[in-house]
Amino acid sequence: MNELLDPLLLARWQFGLTTVYHFLFVPITIGLATTVAVFQTAWFRTDKVEYLKITRFFGTLFLINFAMGVVTGIVQEFQFGMNWSEYSRFVGDVFGAPLALEGLLAFFFEATFIGLWIFGWDKLPRGIHLATIWCTAVGTIVSAYFILAANAFMQNPVGYEMNVEKGRAELVDIGALLTNPVALAAFPHTIAASFMVTAGLIISAAAWHLARNQHLDTMRPALKFGLWTMVGAGILTTLFGDQLSLAMVATQPMKMAAAEATYDTVCGADASFSLFTLGTPDGTSELFSIRVPYLLSLLSTHTFDGCVEGINDLQAQYTELYGPGDYAPIIWVTYWAFRWMIGLGMLHVLVAVVGLWLTRKGRMPKQRWIWKVAIWSFPLSLAAMSVGWVFTEMGRQPWIVFSLLPTESAVSPNVTGLDVLISLVAFTLVYGALAVVEVRLILRAIKKGPPELGEPDPESGRIEPATTVY
Amino acid sequence: MDLPTLWFWIVAFLFVGYFVLDGFDFGVGMSLPFLGKDDTDRRVLINTIGPVWDLNETWVIVAGAALFAAFPEWYATLFSGFYLALLLILLALIVRGVSFEYRHQRPESQWKGRFDLMIVIGSAVPALLWGVAFANIVQGVPLDADHNYTGTLFDLLNPYALLGGLTTLLLFFTHGVVFVSLKTEGELRERARRLAVRSGIVSIVVAASFLLWTGLAFGTLWFWILAAVAAVALIGGWLANLRGAEGIAFTLMAATIAAAVFALFAALFPDVMPASNDPANSLTIENASSTTYTLTFMSWVALIFLPLILAYQGWTYWVFRKRVSRATIEAATH
Repeated sequence: MNELLDPLLLARWQFGLTTVYHFLFVPITIGLATTVAVFQTAWFRTDKVEYLKITRFFGTLFLINFAMGVVTGIVQEFQFGMNWSEYSRFVGDVFGAPLALEGLLAFFFEATFIGLWIFGWDKLPRGIHLATIWCTAVGTIVSAYFILAANAFMQNPVGYEMNVEKGRAELVDIGALLTNPVALAAFPHTIAASFMVTAGLIISAAAWHLARNQHLDTMRPALKFGLWTMVGAGILTTLFGDQLSLAMVATQPMKMAAAEATYDTVCGADASFSLFTLGTPDGTSELFSIRVPYLLSLLSTHTFDGCVEGINDLQAQYTELYGPGDYAPIIWVTYWAFRWMIGLGMLHVLVAVVGLWLTRKGRMPKQRWIWKVAIWSFPLSLAAMSVGWVFTEMGRQPWIVFSLLPTESAVSPNVTGLDVLISLVAFTLVYGALAVVEVRLILRAIKKGPPELGEPDPESGRIEPATTVY
Repeated sequence: MDLPTLWFWIVAFLFVGYFVLDGFDFGVGMSLPFLGKDDTDRRVLINTIGPVWDLNETWVIVAGAALFAAFPEWYATLFSGFYLALLLILLALIVRGVSFEYRHQRPESQWKGRFDLMIVIGSAVPALLWGVAFANIVQGVPLDADHNYTGTLFDLLNPYALLGGLTTLLLFFTHGVVFVSLKTEGELRERARRLAVRSGIVSIVVAASFLLWTGLAFGTLWFWILAAVAAVALIGGWLANLRGAEGIAFTLMAATIAAAVFALFAALFPDVMPASNDPANSLTIENASSTTYTLTFMSWVALIFLPLILAYQGWTYWVFRKRVSRATIEAATH
């Protein structure tokens, strides 16, 4: 019973649950806002009705998803104070600033312009209306920057000084905080990965219709767009992921060691990357593995003869620096999350390249199984994104702010295990129920296909969008 | 004025913005069972706030973030202390937000009815609990030497705080119903106006008792001035509504809420969370605030962006200034 009511454990589960859940909607919001803006721009410039249909089709998916992103986002901000009050007291002077910037610069912007976009079709001039979706898209991306800058402080604290008397970190250099090397790499990596997830959604939706040989006028260009986006975003995700892993090795070597389950420091050819490892159940030694020599050295240092510090050596170093304790994250989680993220990501790029080849010059494959494979793009790319977050956040453990504050010291001291249990159960139930509704609505909207838009206006020769209401 | 004091008032301003704006969203949500006779009426009601509820709600996110950045101790004490109350507010805001977006996705009346109920609950719970929370802040709660709240949820449900909750519930309800009369046409507009006359009387009585209690127990000069402004605006708003001057009535309701919230902050000043057990444990503007460096930077950001934010939000309200009619709803595609 005591175990069950441990506030720290429950608060961690709650943070994990609500964050992973919130982050299912974030990448789709980021990617779809831009996608919708791109197709609406195409319609604006060409007046081709297909582009308006695609805009409306993905616009509906965007809005169903956006609502969930907004409401689950409020929980994120309140949760720091509710479950992690000691953390809030410790970092507020530093960490609060990017959150406030996010609110002032991005959230207001997004929330205002999304309303103008949804309801402004017949109330704003076409060009202004187009600008509103671009503003929304910019808002989502700016918001990602600030929240990643805040998160980067937890991974690699910079721009602060410790105030021992007050027992808190204090901001001394906002420029350093906002140009944290971890943030500068994590931001483009995350944005590019968001576009991969969105490309996955577009490919899945288009494949569902193309497999049934319907809505060809809209779903073929949508598929093309999705496939190219997947390839382009996949390349960028990899390049910036590489930058991020360099930053990670420099700032959090333990996370890289844990990603690779490297217990002892290895150099050169021995710094091999294991693609697959079977170990003994206690995880201390391996039974079988497939390894690529030099690859880990290349990933971590961009040289063939680099060294990668092992978990045991880092543990010894940290014990000396920070006192006795266990400074390694849960190795099997980081090891497998890292592999699933990279593996699924690579697989998607491969599938997209094959897809581009199969659909070259207007070809449409007839085999049902090809489309069935394509439909898996969305759930699997979303899974890749989620495990990426699980990796980077669980890889930070046992620290909540690396090297400054252990997670166990950050939890609210006056919140009881029962309080957290009640809220964890409540969030699980509400989020679970909403997930069922959300998935059904998304599937229904995808299957319904793009809307029929009626005849063009005889005077202007173009479709005049109807009034939108709830 | 020193920087922490400036930020005390900026935080107050952000909460004022939140309560004035999301306040009428709550009122519209709560009015569904009173004013929404059929599905078209209910859709008219929801569409009066359709384009703006999200930006209105965003004020609380920004207020929360400003609190975190400018007064980390206040943010930490308040949010961990009022844990279960805030949990209920969060859950309510979640179901309300998705309901707006999901309600119209399917035509079945059972589907819509379920989301209507969620909108009503999702509006009433925060309307009540924000008042309870703020009344407790003003009244003071038990805090230990590390500024941690030592009470329980039930300590928050004391008579004074419940009266505060009832006050915000009724003020937001009336504010929302007046907004409906301003934004709709025909029979619905008239019914809303008449409902606001009735709920306005109750609001005046309850709000006056709450402000009087606050003033007698915690009043400062500025509290009394602002509370008087709120009282005059509330009575003026009621009279304007009686005469069918909807624009004036809505403006005065907004002024009532703004003055009342500022009055509570004035009663609080210079504490931010007084400790009811031992004044030595109180959180003050002084001991709860961030460093001068952080506050200076944040002040520049606020100085540049707040006017911009007010401008584009004002423009949004201008774009959607037209009344929503049954005809628009019936003619629309979905």
